[in-house]
Amino acid sequence: MATTVVPPKIKPRRSPEPGHPGNGGFRDLVPTHGNLPAVQDYAPVPSKSAIWVVIAAIAMSFAAFTSALVVRQGASTDWHHLTLPPILYLNTLVLLASGVTLEIARRRVAVFMGGPRTLDLNPARWLYITAFLGVVFVAGQYVAWLQLRSEGLYLATNPNSSFFYLLTAIHALHVLGGLVGLTYVLHKLHRVVLRRSTLDSFSYYWHFMGILWVYLLLLLWMKI
Amino acid sequence: MHDTSAPAAAHHGPPTTFIRKHVFSLDHKVIGKQYYDLGLAAVLIGMVLSWLMRIHLGWTNFAIPGLHLLSKTGAPGDVMTPELYLQLMTMHATFMVFFVLTVAPFAAFGNFFIPIHTGAEDMPFPHFNMMSFWTTFVAFCVMLLSFFVGDGPTLGGWTQYAPLSAVGSVAGPGQGAGVVIWATSIAIFCVGQLFGSLNFIPNILDLRCKGLSMWRLPLPTWAWFITSCMGLTSFSVLMPACVLLILDHVAGTSFFVASNLVINDQLQPHSGGSTLLWQHLFWFFGHPEVYIAIVPGMGIVSHVLITNMRKPMLSHRVLVYSFGALAVLSYMVYGHHMFVSGMNPVSSIVFSFPTLLITIPSTIIVLIWIGSLYGAKLRINSASLFALAFISLFITGGVSGFFLAQPSIQILLHATYFVVAHFHFTMAIASVFGIFSGTYFWFPKMWGRMMNETLGRVHFWCSFVGVYCIFMPMHYLGLAGNVRRYSSFPADYMSPLVGVHQFITIAALFTGAAQLIFLYNFIHSRFWGPPAPDNPWQGTSLEWSTTSPPPWDNFGGRHMVVYHDPYQYGVQSSKGDYVMQDSPEQVKTENEEP
Repeated sequence: MATTVVPPKIKPRRSPEPGHPGNGGFRDLVPTHGNLPAVQDYAPVPSKSAIWVVIAAIAMSFAAFTSALVVRQGASTDWHHLTLPPILYLNTLVLLASGVTLEIARRRVAVFMGGPRTLDLNPARWLYITAFLGVVFVAGQYVAWLQLRSEGLYLATNPNSSFFYLLTAIHALHVLGGLVGLTYVLHKLHRVVLRRSTLDSFSYYWHFMGILWVYLLLLLWMKI
Repeated sequence: MHDTSAPAAAHHGPPTTFIRKHVFSLDHKVIGKQYYDLGLAAVLIGMVLSWLMRIHLGWTNFAIPGLHLLSKTGAPGDVMTPELYLQLMTMHATFMVFFVLTVAPFAAFGNFFIPIHTGAEDMPFPHFNMMSFWTTFVAFCVMLLSFFVGDGPTLGGWTQYAPLSAVGSVAGPGQGAGVVIWATSIAIFCVGQLFGSLNFIPNILDLRCKGLSMWRLPLPTWAWFITSCMGLTSFSVLMPACVLLILDHVAGTSFFVASNLVINDQLQPHSGGSTLLWQHLFWFFGHPEVYIAIVPGMGIVSHVLITNMRKPMLSHRVLVYSFGALAVLSYMVYGHHMFVSGMNPVSSIVFSFPTLLITIPSTIIVLIWIGSLYGAKLRINSASLFALAFISLFITGGVSGFFLAQPSIQILLHATYFVVAHFHFTMAIASVFGIFSGTYFWFPKMWGRMMNETLGRVHFWCSFVGVYCIFMPMHYLGLAGNVRRYSSFPADYMSPLVGVHQFITIAALFTGAAQLIFLYNFIHSRFWGPPAPDNPWQGTSLEWSTTSPPPWDNFGGRHMVVYHDPYQYGVQSSKGDYVMQDSPEQVKTENEEP
């Protein structure tokens, strides 16, 4: 599985010297006194910026849903606060556990790339466990929907159930998207061409899914 | 990890098949041109729709031959019904705002030039970039589909105000399936634009070549960067709003429809929804969208003017900061669209203040343009004429904005032609003139051929005079109390204004016809124009350092290195009065900002 080259240990110089005009933006690309060859050439990896773009877009979407929920809950008298299916708490633990297994995998990949190359580390196994927990989470959400249905609570029954189905479904879709991403990461790992940056970007996304879920759970649980 | 000797770039080989080269292309330049053609198709549709509306406004009972083909029920005897008028108005605005004003200056030019301006080989994620265009294309097709489904497209206006947009066909033709199709198309469009931002932002942050600091980026690239950030945060709010609207239609939810609502004598089966919620969500997107349309134009116009003035702007950085201030403030002003919505009057004042505040960066931008033009020996050509006209239109539209920013005046002028004049001058016509300026300027680079300059100038003067004839009288109509969205003016206080409407209609037909000159020039030059030199305008930024049109990898395998600020004009060098960004030649850097 020898993949990837060890990342160069380069400390980007952000402000070359006091009084410098500060050219360089996010990277120190401009030499202080026109000596271009002296500039370090290490380029950042676009996937790391891109994942923040993705996270920002998703965060804004859920912020919009949140404001809709707050307005809808506050402006009407037909809001019936529903009792959340208990399985949601179990699902929360499962998703948080998947974050932990992902971190274990990430650290093993880091060790693998930086040090002794031994197959005992087997980061793929932990990634598979992460994927499995992700699938269990989505299945658990489906069970929660079945429980609500059995109580006669459907999408249009009352505004709280509308938001419940909507938020959980859209979050679950994003988790499924994450699982597709994880499949890509595993594919790259098996072909021994995985970049650290790809795994890092995926892990940011996955952890964001976990944080987002905890936020949504609180939002649905609270009476505003 | 990355090769440390070369700039990080998206790596894909040259296209080998016809499909990969021209249809599902990964090349940002082809994708940019596809976006441009999509915008051109949409602007033609939008323009024809506006012609139909204008003819009806001038001569209400005029039978427009073939109009019945557009609508089964909306044109008995080829005479437009009020419902069809509203449907055409909605589609005119939708096509123009989304598929022209967002697509052409931002997605089309941005796609083509961002990687070139940053010295990169391509966008960081070419497959997402390709998906961005094709997703937008699907959205366009879905929107077109609404002409052929049920009783036609929605008539609710591009703002789709609830509750009439959320209750179904009881609210009028097109309010059932038409709204669902509209919302679906817009949601798909949002996804496409998010894919775009996913490429634009990392490209500008991470794929800049050696020596290219953020401050060395040309002004259009700064504008596209800021616009990407706006698009990222506003389209991702519109999309959830569209989802909620669709659910109100198809799933029986009540997000936007209040209790006990009776429409056309029918009690609506919804309860407890908030009609204002839609307006908040929509305008949180809607106002930044105005700047998504105009800020790229500002960047393009600055670029064009600098090249033709042969000197940089008075301050590169203040321009960039002002673009940024516009972007930030655009999120804080959206409530000025809702002064008469029943919102708390205190909120009106809260939203009015930043609306007045936003005039400060706008004024700074205009003053920098005018101050830089002062004393400049401007080269007059089609591109620079359209750039000058952009400034004129932006000022004209901006001045009427002062009035509309204040609730006490806006309440009087709300939903009158004064507002129509204001937003057409600023976001619509000014942006379109920005697109024209960019087209005449970059055509040699994009298509490798020169446009006909004489036709360009004829096109300019007809368009410039024409748009003032169309939109200037609308201020007077608005002050006289002429309400917008009415399809005809029966014998009441508005009937004396019909003559003005007839004048506007003639001006609109004339101006529209003048666009055929552009269309001819564009198509003819694209295929048969004289071949363009690599740097026809003696420009300095990186697009002029490569061939016209650029090769598939932009710079023919060269790893670009940048040595200068983007606008080194008015210097002495071996080439003349300018130094290319990638030229290692040392010059006096009096123009380089401290």
